[in-house]
Amino acid sequence: MTVALALDAVSKEYPGEVFALRGVSIEVGEGEQLAVVGPSGSGKTTLLTVMGTLERPSEGGVRVAGHDLARASDRELAGLRAHTIGFVFQDFHLQDSITALDNVALGLLYTGQPLSLRRAAARAALERVGLSHRLTHRPGMLSGGERQRVAIARAIVKQPLIVLADEPTGNLDSKASGDVVELLHGLASDGATLVLITHEDSIAAGFARRVQMRDGQIVSDESR
Amino acid sequence: MSTAAVAPARPGRIAPPRLPAVQLFGTALQGPRTRRLRAALSALGIAIGIGAMVAVVGVSASAQANLLAEIDSLGTNLLTVTPGQTFLGANEVLPSTAVPMIRHMQQVNSDVAVYQVSGANVYRSPLVPVSETGGLGVVAAGENLPQVLGTSLASGHFLDRVSDGFPEVVLGAEAASVLQISQVGGHVMVYLGSTWFVVVGILRPVLLDSNLDSEVFISLPVAERLFGTQPNPSEIYLRADVSHVPHVAGLLAPTADPQNASGVNVSRPSDTLEARAAAKGQFTTLLLGLGAVALLVGAIGIANIMVISVLERRGEIGLRRALGATKRHIWAQFLAESALLAALGGIAGLLLGAGATEIYSQAKNEPFVVPLYALIAAPAAGFVIGALAGLYPAAKAAQLSPTEALRS
Repeated sequence: MTVALALDAVSKEYPGEVFALRGVSIEVGEGEQLAVVGPSGSGKTTLLTVMGTLERPSEGGVRVAGHDLARASDRELAGLRAHTIGFVFQDFHLQDSITALDNVALGLLYTGQPLSLRRAAARAALERVGLSHRLTHRPGMLSGGERQRVAIARAIVKQPLIVLADEPTGNLDSKASGDVVELLHGLASDGATLVLITHEDSIAAGFARRVQMRDGQIVSDESR
Repeated sequence: MSTAAVAPARPGRIAPPRLPAVQLFGTALQGPRTRRLRAALSALGIAIGIGAMVAVVGVSASAQANLLAEIDSLGTNLLTVTPGQTFLGANEVLPSTAVPMIRHMQQVNSDVAVYQVSGANVYRSPLVPVSETGGLGVVAAGENLPQVLGTSLASGHFLDRVSDGFPEVVLGAEAASVLQISQVGGHVMVYLGSTWFVVVGILRPVLLDSNLDSEVFISLPVAERLFGTQPNPSEIYLRADVSHVPHVAGLLAPTADPQNASGVNVSRPSDTLEARAAAKGQFTTLLLGLGAVALLVGAIGIANIMVISVLERRGEIGLRRALGATKRHIWAQFLAESALLAALGGIAGLLLGAGATEIYSQAKNEPFVVPLYALIAAPAAGFVIGALAGLYPAAKAAQLSPTEALRS
């Protein structure tokens, strides 16, 4: 199995000797789906931002899509985010002033593609998440579940190798939440690797691999 | 899965993120489009500053164009010949042959001479004290003086054949107002020397030589007879062929006085007037300074709004970083947004200033002129000012940590 993501003894220390991660090692294979659970403050989000190259570890090595990031420049890290990694956030981070289509097209902005191509890809991505009837709607006109699906479309529009989702169902009711999780599971068929943070055991239960975190460390890593 | 299974680094470099200029432009426009009212208000400061400057430049240029048009309509081919001064400061005298000599020159179309009448002053009546001359002079002049100087009569007619034999006088515009005569006819007379002269005409102001406005004109034969005036012209006005004006000007002095060409002054009144028009076209530094202050205030307004914008849009900045934007991309976006906002303000200012100039020129009945460079300079100035104002907020935005920005 090819490894999409690998952390090797990664620690992340914030000023004031606050350790968000302590010697975390983990590998995620391409196409694998992984749920990270743990109480708040256990380092789940920091794990995700280090995996997503938004932050560099204080110690340890990170490999993303085969690239060793220790020597990568900020520009190269941004390049990985632009082409290889898609993020989904708890509070969507959609732009209220533009349509769903353009919000999704924004996901390709930093690849340098012209707007027409980005929109075409965005249309396909919105279709993929079942929102082809909502192209011209602005986020304010969409339900919470629909908004998160727009955000997922924005994450997958670049056909990323890795999708990182931080509590994507945190702001959704159980019905919408179920739809979103089902959608994320479906991405496996596109070959995307998924790392999802959740504090809901019911959602974690649906994943083949579950990682439990506490105090910045991985306390269990179960696969079935 | 074991740690040993870490895949070897794939060949090839990481593709860098890209944000072509077109995409940057579209991105930069998104902020102002989202917050239209705020964008409009913050651009207004720049618009007022640029508008004030365009109006100052436009009004000056309109006034200048007006004066130049007037000069053009009078013709720029008028030349004057006057006696100069000797080395010791005494006045030279033009020979009486100067007029016929000049008249014989090939490229001289028309000419007229005036002769200083010394020892004579003009009064409304003999009862006016002799010292109260009103600063008016008396000159003898040829009949075609209005035609050569490009002026006309406000009332009555100029000197004619009859004037050669009878005491008739024509008043310059200023002289008429000093003597409080606005109309001829009804036996209006003035007391000149020791003779009553009939006022037969009043001239309009002579733009090409305003000295003539405070003169009164009588005929040379009358001046010779009554005041012993010598036929040595004190000034000769002539119209040269339009395409040969400098050539004629060069030949005038030796023609007028072949024996003492250095004692002859030749000038082209339209040159002086054009210089004056150019001076009028120089916008007032003070007014431009006021415009600059307005611009500075506008720039601070833009900087202020951009700082607030960066604070408000932390989430967007974090998102963009997560989508692959580098610090430089964020920096460029906010800088471009600031510059574009101010450039739009500059365009609005151009329209404001042009509008003000139009109103002014309508009111003053002058041609509407906004210098061509203002069309480029106004938006460009706005752009540069906006870019400068955006430097600090853009740097703040770029320095924002993406994870912190996403948390807000």
